[in-house]
Amino acid sequence: MSGTFVGMPSFPKAAHEAVGDATLRANLRHATHTIRDKRARAVAELDDWAALREAGKRIKDDTLRHLGTYLVRLEEAVTRAGGTVHWAADAAEANRIVTDLVKATGETEVVKVKSMATQEIGLNEHLEAEGIAAYETDLAELIVQLGEDRPSHILVPAIHRNRGEIRDIFREKMGSWGRPAPEGLSDTPAELAEAARLHLREKFLRAKVGISGANFMVAETGTLVVVESEGNGRMCLTLPETLISVVGIEKVVPTWRDLEVFLQTLPRSSTAERMNPYTSMWTGTTDDDGPRTFHLVLLDNGRTDALADEVGRQALRCIRCSACLNVCPVYERAGGHAYGSVYPGPIGAILTPQLRGTTSDIDASLPYASSLCGACYDVCPVAIDIPEVLVHLRERVAGEGGKGHRLEKAAMKAAGWVLDHPSALAAGERLASATRKLHPKRLPGPGARQWSDHRDLPELPAEPFRDWWKKNRT
Amino acid sequence: MRVALFVTCVNDAVFPATGVATVRLLERLGVEVDFPAAQTCCGQPQFNTGYREETRPLVRRTVRAFEGYEHVVVPSGSCAAMVRRHYPSFGAEAASLGPRVYELTEFLVDVLGVTDVGAYFPYKVTYHPSCHGLRLLGLGERPRRLLEAVKGLELVELPGAEECCGFGGTFAVKNPDVSAAMGADKITNALSTGAGVLCGADNSCLLHLGGMLRRREDPLRALHLAEILASTEEEPWQ
Repeated sequence: MSGTFVGMPSFPKAAHEAVGDATLRANLRHATHTIRDKRARAVAELDDWAALREAGKRIKDDTLRHLGTYLVRLEEAVTRAGGTVHWAADAAEANRIVTDLVKATGETEVVKVKSMATQEIGLNEHLEAEGIAAYETDLAELIVQLGEDRPSHILVPAIHRNRGEIRDIFREKMGSWGRPAPEGLSDTPAELAEAARLHLREKFLRAKVGISGANFMVAETGTLVVVESEGNGRMCLTLPETLISVVGIEKVVPTWRDLEVFLQTLPRSSTAERMNPYTSMWTGTTDDDGPRTFHLVLLDNGRTDALADEVGRQALRCIRCSACLNVCPVYERAGGHAYGSVYPGPIGAILTPQLRGTTSDIDASLPYASSLCGACYDVCPVAIDIPEVLVHLRERVAGEGGKGHRLEKAAMKAAGWVLDHPSALAAGERLASATRKLHPKRLPGPGARQWSDHRDLPELPAEPFRDWWKKNRT
Repeated sequence: MRVALFVTCVNDAVFPATGVATVRLLERLGVEVDFPAAQTCCGQPQFNTGYREETRPLVRRTVRAFEGYEHVVVPSGSCAAMVRRHYPSFGAEAASLGPRVYELTEFLVDVLGVTDVGAYFPYKVTYHPSCHGLRLLGLGERPRRLLEAVKGLELVELPGAEECCGFGGTFAVKNPDVSAAMGADKITNALSTGAGVLCGADNSCLLHLGGMLRRREDPLRALHLAEILASTEEEPWQ
């Protein structure tokens, strides 16, 4: 299962496999329940959580409303600090810019800081095709890369793997990418981490080019911010001679003061930590310290389309904490791969169809990959009303009248007619009740068959409520 | 006090016992109940599936059916949430119904001010708080307080109570595997309590869970809260 998400089946088909995989279900259940409980405790410690959530929402909304202004301010500040800003309208343009920048250094290897933006555009695959090897240095990303796997979680890309699986991947694959795994490697966390540390150290010390994303960009000073737990990112940000950062345009915040809110809400929501262990900030270039060349690639790739959608634009507030994934009962059963995108879970279900459009099977099925239970909205630190956006996107998909939706719309209209004529409804109910002994427990046909695959249809009552009322109360 | 009963389409056609229980309960508490016959469906299935235009006539019908009533009582958190949270997006007339609609436990606790409704139900019960009642309406402890006051009833904690049961309206049809997996986990948790009754305040969730229970032929039975609250020593639930 390597590489790309292109040509994914629709969500229900992809989920079918995951639901049947007992190991995957157990791995996901264990991991999501652990982190969701820890998050709840970390959030409960702050008595101003509601105010922080509201502040984060406002900062993001105000920034998005004047996005152009802040991006220009950011560009001026980055340039003033010795960096170079590039604008990329889509994935192809961003990949081309980064490839040209790497080629200009004469290098054929780069080290990478975990970055959703570069995954979104498929940068590693593009670089590989151009003869450049990109090494992921985040532990979980390393596991995914060595396993020729796909990430299945925003924060913990290898959440679908357990320790035994990780040990096997290290033993089998590390050697072909660099320093092999130590002899007799066990599946204890300390040994696995040490194996990764030794393997990665070799890469850090050799690399001349680093590629990163950023969690935030501060417009007033042109400063980029990466928050992380392992310190691998800081190695990539400081050791190489050239640093290239690919960042979505929605990641800008106006001032340093705004960071204060997110540096409280992000770690608590994502890893349940009061503060993340490493917060790295860099502004352009500095003589005799850190990278000598700095490039910032500002990525649109569908973001301005999302911004134009009044309801959908709130998805751009997302700070990629992944709290919504960890609390989502659908994600827990279906796993991250079923979402067919680097953005899985509830946020993926609203972000991906906005960034990519709803023409493919997978993208058209994503707004329906939710029971609308609302747990995601409750935990979101920037108050994205995910259920609201899901329903909004369902309207778009249903309105486009794709496969199945024409039939469904006709059924909705027919049901609507009956429901708008109480006497017809009463007659229908009466007929259904009168013939109830003839109803089979399992039914053919779309909807009824899926229903009765897993459940018995209810036995209909002898009389509907409105008939009881007529007999007994009028 | 005079109230209108919004029985809901699911209760009307499939679970009339819940409607009957709601009427008996309210009348026992001295409330006069009307059933405006022009009511049908609140439009939630259409709305949540993405058919806003097909929802509009049902919103209009529902609002007109309950015109003039200060209190409209509905034994379904999910339909109450549809009216209160989503009707405002259909205009001012539609928005006017929201503040007058009360989910059954809200009406009992907030309007009538009772928690002990004089019920008798000698069984071990576990309670599943449906998502829309829990999160969209914020029913909180109301259902639990009502259950705790029922004579003879032993209330046992449902592990993972606040997790969705997997119904989700058309979600159960569009994503049958995930829906069934969520339902199966909910049932495993409910069975682990040793309760004989899985109680909820939303028959849509109970339609899904009850259907799975019948398929498995487990001793556990799904039952609407209204039927428990309507049950008394003189007229026990059967």
